[in-house]
Amino acid sequence: MELRKDYFADVREDGLHEIGQPRPRLDSPGHVTGKTAYFADRNFPGMLHLKMVRSPHHHARIRSIDTSEAEKHPGVVRVLTAKDVPHNVYTILILIQIGPEDETVLADGKVRWKGEAVVAVLAETERAAQEAAAKVKVDYEVLPAVFDMEEALKPGAPIVNEYHGQNYYLYDSGECRKVRFGDVEAGFAQADHILEQTYQSSPIEHAPTETTGCVVAPEGNDRFTCYTNTQAMFFTLDNTSIILQMPGSKLHFVGGTVGGGFGGKVDVIVEPITILAAKLTGRPVCFIYSREEEMQISSPRAAEKVVIKDGIMKDGRIVARKVTGYTDAGAYSRHSPYGAQKGAAHYPGPYTIPNVWIDTYCVYTNRTPSSAMRGFGVTIGDFALEVQMDKLARLIGMDPLEFRFINAYRDGDMKAHRQPTEGAALIECMQEASRAANWPVAEKYMAMSSYRKGA
Amino acid sequence: MAKVPVQFTLNGSEKAEFIESGTTLLHALRDKIGDTSPKGGCHQGTCGACSVIIDGELRLSCLTLAETCNGADIRTTAGLAEAGVLHPLQRAFLDAFATQCGFCTPGMIMAAKVLLDRTPNPSREDVVEALSGNICRCTGYEPIIQAVLTAARANSQNAA
Repeated sequence: MELRKDYFADVREDGLHEIGQPRPRLDSPGHVTGKTAYFADRNFPGMLHLKMVRSPHHHARIRSIDTSEAEKHPGVVRVLTAKDVPHNVYTILILIQIGPEDETVLADGKVRWKGEAVVAVLAETERAAQEAAAKVKVDYEVLPAVFDMEEALKPGAPIVNEYHGQNYYLYDSGECRKVRFGDVEAGFAQADHILEQTYQSSPIEHAPTETTGCVVAPEGNDRFTCYTNTQAMFFTLDNTSIILQMPGSKLHFVGGTVGGGFGGKVDVIVEPITILAAKLTGRPVCFIYSREEEMQISSPRAAEKVVIKDGIMKDGRIVARKVTGYTDAGAYSRHSPYGAQKGAAHYPGPYTIPNVWIDTYCVYTNRTPSSAMRGFGVTIGDFALEVQMDKLARLIGMDPLEFRFINAYRDGDMKAHRQPTEGAALIECMQEASRAANWPVAEKYMAMSSYRKGA
Repeated sequence: MAKVPVQFTLNGSEKAEFIESGTTLLHALRDKIGDTSPKGGCHQGTCGACSVIIDGELRLSCLTLAETCNGADIRTTAGLAEAGVLHPLQRAFLDAFATQCGFCTPGMIMAAKVLLDRTPNPSREDVVEALSGNICRCTGYEPIIQAVLTAARANSQNAA
């Protein structure tokens, strides 16, 4: 593809020497020779295997846990329950003051989703750990569960997570994240047409080829080295320090080599329990998700529901947009309150709309906790918005690309969340897309500019 | 548990180990012998990351019992470069930007090697078919297909 250097030529000083030139990746020589060291390529003598006993129920009270048979199983070294974890209730984003702590490392008294970790079994072999895990007896009292976001928000719905007290994340703005700009009702009153549509998505699993896990070795100096495929090294270090009540100076994390992440490895799940296991046994320990665990247990992208109501004029201007977004966090927050908030800022799209009203809810249900995945908070929103844009263009009989030129944000425009637009390049991207896709638009749109006044 | 002896050739070197009966070749190679180039992505024969070459055939080492490999000639990606000189497939994967996270790469290269050993001038369809048992979640496959075709061209030019 031809690289055009004339865009922004009058405001740019670089010569674009690197773009368009092949440059070898620094990690490729290791990949093609099989020498790249992933965490599971670390092997230590006497290493124990950790297997998790998981909840078979979506929502249940734990009446009792009996580990006596599992402990007697040949090869078992130790069995861990909630009482072994120094600070068992945590939340990842507490590091940036997004609380409350709402998730257990090992379930304590209750499980809130099917697959939740309840008991950790440590054994000499993977097989012994698996067999012993099957011998742990957990007595559950099954509770009513809720799987639909709007059901969860109704009065009388089962409370998923008592640490929140209600089935939504309580922002400082209230039950949802809100954006208010202009007068959206006045905008609708003025509009020639109004279109309201609902868009929904299911959870999506990243399915990396390398499953989530870590290998931990106790060092002679009372420190622990954790080889991990986390995508969030310092979140993991600091959360582990909180959960284990252990200074960060005792923890040495080695990572950076990730066999596919896509956001699926930013949660702090395997490292704290594995380091605790190494501490309590004095042995190296590995905890590696099976393929089934990767698909069923690791956080997916959140299911979302987006309701968009737009008011437009016959000439193509969008004059009002009202959006209600729902993000299904599952049973615990992880990164979802942030994702839902990001959606609130994003829903106007890259368009300048004078009247905007947005509410985004982060909702708790008894589903697998969701979290980060490539652009989470905006990806599903963009799907909804751009399908909506095509529908709006069709409604007024306008070319969908020209319709976007009319509404595209440009430098100096005020966005709905009151950040002035700077460095916009949407006009230029669409001009190039028009040429590359051979989808011509009227000359007046090809003469527009994101930053030149009047153009 | 009783141990059984197993002896085979790995990338031209004699190897002998005592293993537990039922141990997979993947486990034996990675955890006993120390060749970690085959990767365990699913341990159920669906991802291809553990692919190795046994007596010239492409095999999934996660579904192959080590004790069935007595006397076999086993090849892995770790043994592909000769005297530090990359194999044309390795060179092509580097140049074509055919690796991202790299986890599927050793298995991909094994599958491609068996293809090129049998079909030196493959069509694009041949390459797609040969790699169809290997999952890559990063690249979208296109650079990998191009790398294999490039390596095939390099091979045929060298042979000419």
